[in-house]
Amino acid sequence: MNKKQQEPLFHIAKRGALPWTKTWAIRGGAVLLALIACALITTFVTGENPLQVYASIWNGSFGTSRKVWVLLQNVAMLLCVSLAVTPAFRMRFWNIGGEGQALIGGLAAAACMILLPGKLPNWAIILCMTLSSVLAGAIWAGIPAFFKAKWNTNETLFTLMMNYVATQLVAYYCVVWESPKGSGNIGIINPNTQLGWFPQIGSYKYLLNILIVAAVCLAMYVYLNYSKHGYEISVVGESERTARYVGIKVDRVIIRTMLLSGAVCGLAGLLLVGSTNHTLTPTIVDGRGFTAVMVSWLAKFNPVWMILTSFLLVFLQRGAGEIATNFGLNQSFGDILTGVILFFIIGSEFFINYRIIFRRKAVKEEGKPHV
Amino acid sequence: MDNKIPAVTMRNITKRFGPVLANDKVWLNIYRGEILALLGENGSGKTTLMNMLSGIYFPDEGEIAIDGKEVVIRSPKDAFDLGVGMIHQHFKLVDVLTAAENVVLGLPGKLDLKAATEKIRAICEAYGFEVDPNQKVYNMSVSQKQTVEIVKVLYRGADILILDEPTAVLTPQETDKLFAVLRNMRNDGKAIVIITHKMHEVEALSDRVAVLRQGQFIGDMPTKNTNAQEMTNMMVGHPVVLNIERPEPKNPRPRIEVKGLTVRSIDGILKLDDVSFTANSGEILGIAGISGCGQKELLEAIAGLQPVEKGSIRYVEDDGSSEELLGKDPLSIQQMGVSLSFVPEDRLGMGLVANMDLSDNMMLRSFRRGRSFFTDRKSPRALAENVVRELEVVTPGVSTPVRRLSGGNVQKVLVGREIASAPTVLLTAYAVRGLDINSSYTIYDLINKQKQAGVAVIYVGEDLDVLLELADRILVLCGGKVSGILPGRGAKKREVGLMMTKLGGEAADE
Repeated sequence: MNKKQQEPLFHIAKRGALPWTKTWAIRGGAVLLALIACALITTFVTGENPLQVYASIWNGSFGTSRKVWVLLQNVAMLLCVSLAVTPAFRMRFWNIGGEGQALIGGLAAAACMILLPGKLPNWAIILCMTLSSVLAGAIWAGIPAFFKAKWNTNETLFTLMMNYVATQLVAYYCVVWESPKGSGNIGIINPNTQLGWFPQIGSYKYLLNILIVAAVCLAMYVYLNYSKHGYEISVVGESERTARYVGIKVDRVIIRTMLLSGAVCGLAGLLLVGSTNHTLTPTIVDGRGFTAVMVSWLAKFNPVWMILTSFLLVFLQRGAGEIATNFGLNQSFGDILTGVILFFIIGSEFFINYRIIFRRKAVKEEGKPHV
Repeated sequence: MDNKIPAVTMRNITKRFGPVLANDKVWLNIYRGEILALLGENGSGKTTLMNMLSGIYFPDEGEIAIDGKEVVIRSPKDAFDLGVGMIHQHFKLVDVLTAAENVVLGLPGKLDLKAATEKIRAICEAYGFEVDPNQKVYNMSVSQKQTVEIVKVLYRGADILILDEPTAVLTPQETDKLFAVLRNMRNDGKAIVIITHKMHEVEALSDRVAVLRQGQFIGDMPTKNTNAQEMTNMMVGHPVVLNIERPEPKNPRPRIEVKGLTVRSIDGILKLDDVSFTANSGEILGIAGISGCGQKELLEAIAGLQPVEKGSIRYVEDDGSSEELLGKDPLSIQQMGVSLSFVPEDRLGMGLVANMDLSDNMMLRSFRRGRSFFTDRKSPRALAENVVRELEVVTPGVSTPVRRLSGGNVQKVLVGREIASAPTVLLTAYAVRGLDINSSYTIYDLINKQKQAGVAVIYVGEDLDVLLELADRILVLCGGKVSGILPGRGAKKREVGLMMTKLGGEAADE
């Protein structure tokens, strides 16, 4: 008999459900491996001591109490946009227009701050800002939803394009409302009167934002998991045919959910303009509309897990910035490390769902089977 | 036969999917010049076993030998090289290409369609296939597509053929034709394995049967030494009764009146053409027809899911008053107080949500109840537990996603939910498709109980033998038209089969 044909080196088999301890052990292992890989890359590419680089990443987030507050504020804002896109994602409506929806919300808030002082008292300005940003975000998301519901247009492209429209609108108004003249920037709005600025809780500049987002997170969790609306969203997301079969009006659910999605994005824009920055720039949302997609996916669309994933991403981002300044490295090097870590974390999901079976040694030991 | 070298020997084959043991140390011999029927209930591992032979899965343990020589099959290509070809339940053809183009698709070497066409003609001639190599696949009937699949496999030189439930989509006449071809191939010395659920086909066609149960090999024997009852008992593991009851309808009165129903698909193709009939309470109206000749549209139109061009569908109350159902969606039908249940053909894509658990699936019908903004989770859960208990659904619990359940249990969950609302009309489409014998009989029982409770049942079926045993009246559809309505008692299979392919079934004898 000829030499035995080679069995494949390994083959892949699906796993059953693993206990949560094992799944987290796999994820933990992935992070550990990611850190080792990053350390190797760091030493190899830059010659820096990887431990110092890690310490620096840590310091970027936790070095001083101010840095911790900045970290929390950034986590809150990213979480807010992520929460906003999640109901749409649960419906399998790929809203990648969070960026534009938040930006347009910010534009509405800024417009109120600039145009209303002198006409209304401060509390009324803040109320107008809130209403108009939420409404603006909702409209910005409602337009693609309407087209999707009526004519089944592609929501991904549509929401993406709406981002550019929003960015250009903001860029336009930045020139219209520029201050000082000729700068092309709006600058801090109402720096002296502080009209339209959100109140500060004690001496904590960012606490209000964090509390608001925490409340939104809780509300979103309950809405998605325990309300009739949330149930309809899940059914539409899983199967539109099933939804129709049980008499759910799919069009209505799509539009309603996107209005909500956009409204929460508008809220994020409001918080960025009214509470955090007190100004408006075309880049004020800072890519969070896109990062939110990853936050939401990594957390499997669960609002509570999203606290963790948004924390992870902001932590990595801050760390990347820190090593860029400390070691005189390019910011891109931090991004490389972030990419490597995410690669490992996302890749670990494969090992949670599948196992790899290597060729058994026994086959060789048995040698030739009986003929 | 004992001293022949088997074409295929599978030894000690084990395959796991997560915690599920799909095949457990299975031994199987396949011989040339023989048609082997591989029997087993759903989830008994027949398809998995054959998928390993055809290179789709790789066994976790065990060996495969072809003609006595041990081989390793890593991919479908390896399988082809060894002469193993599988015809799957779902065809894998490119619609816009011709039969010949589909056959040569993916083959190495220079493309020579002319030579290929010649070779295809030769194959067809040798075994009695009827296929035009230059016909486009989208113009073909299901049975023609299947023929192309078989020719494709033969063209590549396969002499070990595996057919996975080939007759599920065929009319009786087409089945006969297929069987004739398979016999020709057997006589030509090919090894043929056919996976099927239908006992009478096993008896009519196969030379030997092998039975699997829960992933284990139970036994094999020559077909002539056994019978349907014995084979069924082996498959199920305990004696079962193979009779479908048909109680006399009690006090039937009109419940659904359909008149002149005409439906066009989005592409403007006429799907139903002037269909009229009445479904009575306490009666099972069977609908027979080749797949795709309007059954789906008919049920969906009644359920309020299908836009209709013209006609009327009236729901008749006990007191004789009637209401129009047409133009209403499922929600407004429900709000009219009409309790209409629908077990659709596509269980996991329409009737249930695959990723949701049992109790969330129960909620699909009831979640709107009450004024609260929040859903009531308790009563669906209770209903789910009830269905699991009463219909003996095999599941780890009511919190298990339904996609993890086997086909029979999925159907029990769906039927259980649909009859829980005490319907007055029950529409079922292919209620036992893909279900094993045990589950099928459970479903027949449930449907009969509904009928006895006075429900008007409309039963779309594909197994004519069952339809003839179960239905009180049979409506035969042919190309979207009513070919005839006949009483179920005394109807002949041949007659119904002809009506399915030809309006009215005239010119009955060729």
